[in-house]
Amino acid sequence: MKHDKQPNRLLEGGRIDRDRPLTFSFNGQSYTGFAGDTLASALLANGVDIVNRSFKYSRPRGIVAAGAEEPNAVVQLGSSEAAQVPNVRATQQALYDGLSARSTNGWPNVQRDLMGTIGKLSGGFMPPGFYYKTFMAPASMWMTYEKYIRKSAGLGRSPTESDPDIYDHLHQHCDVLVIGAGPAGLAAALSAARGGARVILCDEQETMGGSLLDSREMLDGQPAAQWADSALDELASLDNVTLLPRTTANGYHDHNFVTLHERRTEHLADVAPLANGRRQVRSRLHRVRAGQVVLATGAHERPLVYAGNDVPGNLLAGAVSTYIRRYGVAPGNKLVLSTSNDHAYRAALDWSEAGREVVAIVDARANPDGELVTQAQALGIRVITGSAVVEAKGANRVTGARVAKIDIDGFKVVGKAEELTCDTIASSGGYSPVIHLASHTGARPTWRDDILGFVPGKVTGMTATGGANGVYALAEVIADGSQVGAQAASASGHQTAPIDLPSVAAIREGAAVALYQVPHEKTTLRAPKQFVDLQNDVTAAGIEVATREGFESIEHVKRYTAMGFGTDQGKLGNINGMAIAARCLKRSIPEVGTTVFRPNYTPVTFGAIVGRHCRELFDPERYTSLHEWHIKHGAEFEDVGQWKRPWYFPQTVNGKPETMHEAVARECRAVREKVGILDATTLGKIDIQGKDAREFLGRVYTNKWEKLAVGRVRYGLMCKDDGMLMDDGTTSCLGENHFLMTTTTGGAAGVMEWLELWHQTEWPELEVYFTSVTDHWATMTVTGPEARNLLAEITDIDLDRDTFKFMDWREGKVAGVPARVFRISFTGELAYEINVQANYAMPVWEALFEHGDKYGLTPYGTETMHVLRAEKGMIIVGQDTDGSVTPEDLGMHWAIGYDKPFSWIGKRALTRPDTRRENRKQLVGLRPKDPKVVLQEGAQIVFDPDQAIPMAMMGHVTSSYYSPILDSGFALAVVKGGHKRMGDTVYLPMADGQTHAAEIVGPIFYDPKGARQNV
Amino acid sequence: MQRYSGFGLVKHALSHHENWQRQWRNPTPKKEYDVIIVGGGGHGLATAYYLAKEHGITNVAVIEKGWLGGGNTARNTTIVRSNYLWDESAALYEHAMKLWEGLSQDINYNVMFSQRGVLNLGHTLQDMRDIQRRVNANRLNGIDGEVLDARGVQELVPIMDCSKRARYPVMGASWQPRAGVARHDAVAWGYARGADGHGVDLLQQTEVTGFKIVDGRVVGVHTNRGDIGAKTVGCVTAGNSSVLANMAGFNLPLESHPLQALVSEPLKPILDTVVMSNHVHGYISQSDKGDLVIGAGIDGYNGYGQRGSYPTVEHTLQAIVEMFPIFSRVRMNRQWGGIVDTCPDACPILSKTPVKGLYFNCGWGTGGFKATPGSGHAFAWSLAKGQMHPLAAPFSIDRFHSGALIDEHGAAGVAH
Ligand SMILES: Cc1cc2nc3c(=O)[nH]c(=O)nc-3n(C[C@H](O)[C@H](O)[C@H](O)COP(=O)(O)OP(=O)(O)OC[C@H]3O[C@@H](n4cnc5c(N)ncnc54)[C@H](O)[C@@H]3O)c2cc1C
Repeated sequence: MKHDKQPNRLLEGGRIDRDRPLTFSFNGQSYTGFAGDTLASALLANGVDIVNRSFKYSRPRGIVAAGAEEPNAVVQLGSSEAAQVPNVRATQQALYDGLSARSTNGWPNVQRDLMGTIGKLSGGFMPPGFYYKTFMAPASMWMTYEKYIRKSAGLGRSPTESDPDIYDHLHQHCDVLVIGAGPAGLAAALSAARGGARVILCDEQETMGGSLLDSREMLDGQPAAQWADSALDELASLDNVTLLPRTTANGYHDHNFVTLHERRTEHLADVAPLANGRRQVRSRLHRVRAGQVVLATGAHERPLVYAGNDVPGNLLAGAVSTYIRRYGVAPGNKLVLSTSNDHAYRAALDWSEAGREVVAIVDARANPDGELVTQAQALGIRVITGSAVVEAKGANRVTGARVAKIDIDGFKVVGKAEELTCDTIASSGGYSPVIHLASHTGARPTWRDDILGFVPGKVTGMTATGGANGVYALAEVIADGSQVGAQAASASGHQTAPIDLPSVAAIREGAAVALYQVPHEKTTLRAPKQFVDLQNDVTAAGIEVATREGFESIEHVKRYTAMGFGTDQGKLGNINGMAIAARCLKRSIPEVGTTVFRPNYTPVTFGAIVGRHCRELFDPERYTSLHEWHIKHGAEFEDVGQWKRPWYFPQTVNGKPETMHEAVARECRAVREKVGILDATTLGKIDIQGKDAREFLGRVYTNKWEKLAVGRVRYGLMCKDDGMLMDDGTTSCLGENHFLMTTTTGGAAGVMEWLELWHQTEWPELEVYFTSVTDHWATMTVTGPEARNLLAEITDIDLDRDTFKFMDWREGKVAGVPARVFRISFTGELAYEINVQANYAMPVWEALFEHGDKYGLTPYGTETMHVLRAEKGMIIVGQDTDGSVTPEDLGMHWAIGYDKPFSWIGKRALTRPDTRRENRKQLVGLRPKDPKVVLQEGAQIVFDPDQAIPMAMMGHVTSSYYSPILDSGFALAVVKGGHKRMGDTVYLPMADGQTHAAEIVGPIFYDPKGARQNV
Repeated sequence: MQRYSGFGLVKHALSHHENWQRQWRNPTPKKEYDVIIVGGGGHGLATAYYLAKEHGITNVAVIEKGWLGGGNTARNTTIVRSNYLWDESAALYEHAMKLWEGLSQDINYNVMFSQRGVLNLGHTLQDMRDIQRRVNANRLNGIDGEVLDARGVQELVPIMDCSKRARYPVMGASWQPRAGVARHDAVAWGYARGADGHGVDLLQQTEVTGFKIVDGRVVGVHTNRGDIGAKTVGCVTAGNSSVLANMAGFNLPLESHPLQALVSEPLKPILDTVVMSNHVHGYISQSDKGDLVIGAGIDGYNGYGQRGSYPTVEHTLQAIVEMFPIFSRVRMNRQWGGIVDTCPDACPILSKTPVKGLYFNCGWGTGGFKATPGSGHAFAWSLAKGQMHPLAAPFSIDRFHSGALIDEHGAAGVAH
């Protein structure tokens, strides 16, 4: 019975919608599938055997599994360049109309692949770690060898265009997070929810139900899937339950913090379709904090490791059942099943019921006797006992299976092999609980001999149930799930309400046998390749070679062979690999080690993890309340911290925009000769109050604060505990217990944290409170000889030079708005810093311009500010200092209060031998010998320009500008012993071969007495 | 020791790889050694190798509590560069760089040192000043380097967003062509095999639990496999160094922090240099297997659990997607963490200690992989001669008393 165009599609069965055919393309060829298919089931339905080429040997590969453990069917998805997604697992991708996918490897194509031919020839020369042992001679050739090695790198490819989609994050809290909606998870969610707990139930598949969806069993006399449907109906009806299908728990972090990746539109299209005319997110990351976590993630089947087990047509037994029962696809015609356990017999039963031929069941056990065995025998299926498939035959598709009796303990084939003709080999070597998530937390899993698998280690607040905990019989799974769910509810303070257990006709299963690698007539090293990790082409022989070479810890084996480093993280192969290593080392599996899994459980796009924190929301842009004005007046902006600050205001002169140099020269002259205005809002402002505020200032600043009177302002220096300058700024006394601290723009947040750190951890006894008020106030600096005249026109504050002195501040109105005016200067000119509530800034600024025209009021930006302050020898922390400069290095001895009664941060460090050293780098001025030269900031200074490399570097240029007032270049620099080297000539050897000469001078180039700011 | 070569590979293939020898033995501990190295990471193994090879001291044991190279050596993102700012660091890392350049041949193990160049991006005017300063210093120290503008960067990395649309547009970069990446495991294994070949005992699954100290001089160590005597002990235990210092009765100015890294799934080659940005806070390269290898800064808290917090991963990927918007649909495969030992000045400690005969080599923090050969070389010299190698001397713990710190924070920030 075959479907017309889909050769492997059964005429009935499966949870697919045969009325909704979907067209898709794979490697450029068009196919049809049905709604409800995965890409993998649709490919199998269409008889596509080869879906990829393997990474190292370029061997043809087909679909092996039906879920997250699939190693081969890794495809490139996307119908347009921007929509490309690399490495999508076909078994986890729902089919949609128009889906377009390609193999990730294979040249010129997967069917006929050139590398495959080379792989066949040279496979033998590529044992594990071969690259460590060759490509070494000649040394100069490695970069060339590497270029070619690199060409074969990678699976899929990155898009080359920006992502059209958006992603978001949701923060969730719940009492019980149930991961996995199979029988255990459904039972757990139901009983927890009935107890009143807030439950989130997530499952990575398109449909919830897990193993119930392809189960042969009956619950309460109904097919198991019906029980799942009704459980889901009830859960959906409860307010305290959130159901998240298509949602993978991808990371389990400390304290029950779990990230869930919900694929919201991936099943619909490769670019999120509009919903009600609106964009929707492609996927959503739920950041869940759960009271209790119930791990109901089931178990992954282990394939057997035999020769040729990678030829397309080799599948997991369970996957065969899934494809038949869930998707109505029989992935072949003639089946040989090789198994170590009863459970896998379902594959043969399903195959036979689908009307296809079961050639034989090859059972490794001598006397299998469970119910499923009996059923198979009753159907007349040939059961070959004490045997296994030792080798699959075929190149692009299985053509036969060599079956032989094996001695498991002796690890050898006994007797002669029989070759069975078949096109499909299903294998099962038992089941591995899905412990990955628990293992993310660092919990070491425990090996259990009775189930031949690892179960999760102990994690506080987490319980594993069902398959994830090695419980496999359906009745027990549901009972266990229900009980675990009830316990989780009660652990989070809710009632215990286990569900009524459905009646199950228990199936008696015989004991499984421990079989991982199937012996071959030849030794492992000589036998045809027996694959362990299909994605990374790791073979049993590779593992054996690794152990022979002394790689004995499983971590070494994994790293040397690359086992488990693929995108499936070894879900299929790791345990087999450990078993093989154990065999080679004559140890037990747990002695060889446990495996560590890391987030993500399955890969997640960067976009989903980034969420909205990209592009304009990557890092907030901060604007001052005058930003619009700056834009209107043509400002160029500079990024300072998160702020956009006007850098300079180029004007159009004679129809041409000014260069930065011209604009800055004009702005500088305006300030020195008339009056300029700067938006200084971005400087950090911290309001400090409390009866110990003054004392606190004394401890965090190097200088003294006990005498600062209300109405006065003082400049302060802040050091780290190593005595190095970290920030500077003025602090004003607003009231006896009330101060306003200013910080550098970039340092604001850091200083705030610093104050809190010291207060909270070292001096909690001080009564002092810090409030960041940076955004609350706008600051306008009016500076220049005309500053007083201008300000006087719009303020009621008495600006008399003798009553409102330099370093005073006053309260009053400016342009009718309540303001604090600080008479401080960062230009060396007469200056007033007007602070008003940020919302009122614009009218005040505009009023200043209304009145300022006649004085030549000129807006200036940070570049001019830098030139003006540098002319005055005033430093910028972070530019003239770099975390290795003390206040004394800057010549600011006057700002250090060594005799303050209480010690202060940095004091001890400032008395260490190295900080007292004579020839420390000290701040000086540099006057280039050629006044036209503007030295490069960052240029290194030497005393002897003729010395050979490496040269003895004596310092570097920290700030350097052209000064329009001096009509020459000038610079600030730090120079070893600089304070005592005034008048010396130093040299600056540059990358272009030139060497500049400069004279060491004092750092103040203009108005050294400071007369201009005191007028 | 079996010599490795392409020819040998063919020979072994013909005999079905049945004749490969162990790369190192699994010896039982002797009662006493001349030198014990605690910590079988890259630095410890390199130290043992150079002790044997350059100084003829072969009665040496490397004691490793887990598996060789399983600490930060196995967890790092393998960036190798030497364009450090300060003379002391530049000299040490450049010493390492020179050794890197002949390492595969020296140890007959291909460590795949790939000089694909490293870009350190600048996004602000101050970044560019710092870059100028560092590259100028490098040049005068004889270290290769160049300052690129945004166009130069774009030419090297066409897939990066170097436009003005970026939140912090790229203004330029420092470019060290000789810098690159190497294969971390191969470094550990290659040194291990080399050391073993000279007779060094590599003792795995052996944990040092204390020091035997007599009259202020170390005479051996306690381990979970019994006491082992030694005249000289070098501790090279990265994130566990403060724990070991405590066992010896003194403190080190170290903080142990998780440092995380992550990889994407393997992709076809798309990025062939290393790109680092301190300002946007992320760095990235693409391995020979095709994975994008990504990292950023440390987690703020202290701890010894070799994993970090999720927000750090989020921030790191935000930075990567900001720099490379086309990677939004690339998928993250795995993340992991190591425990790094950070010093207040972001520079290592290679030093004598208050206990005679006991030396420490630690504090490499987030950036010690690149130093592995140089660190091992200089440390071996120091252990052999009983005095610190001139390149190591500035990194003594005395600097925390004298204040002679070598602060690489200023101009290096994320110091990978
Ligand atoms: C995520 C990450 C990314 C990094 N990226 C880079 C990078 O790009 N470039 C770079 O240069 N550096 C990088 N580093 C830093 C680099 O990894 C380390 O500085 C370097 O590897 C340290 O080497 P090591 O040999 O000293 O330490 P490790 O490799 O950690 O070795 C120390 C060994 O000591 C052992 N040990 C500890 N205690 C005991 C005991 N009591 N007894 C016996 N043995 C003990 C440990 O088990 C361990 O094997 C990164 C680090 C991390 C974690």
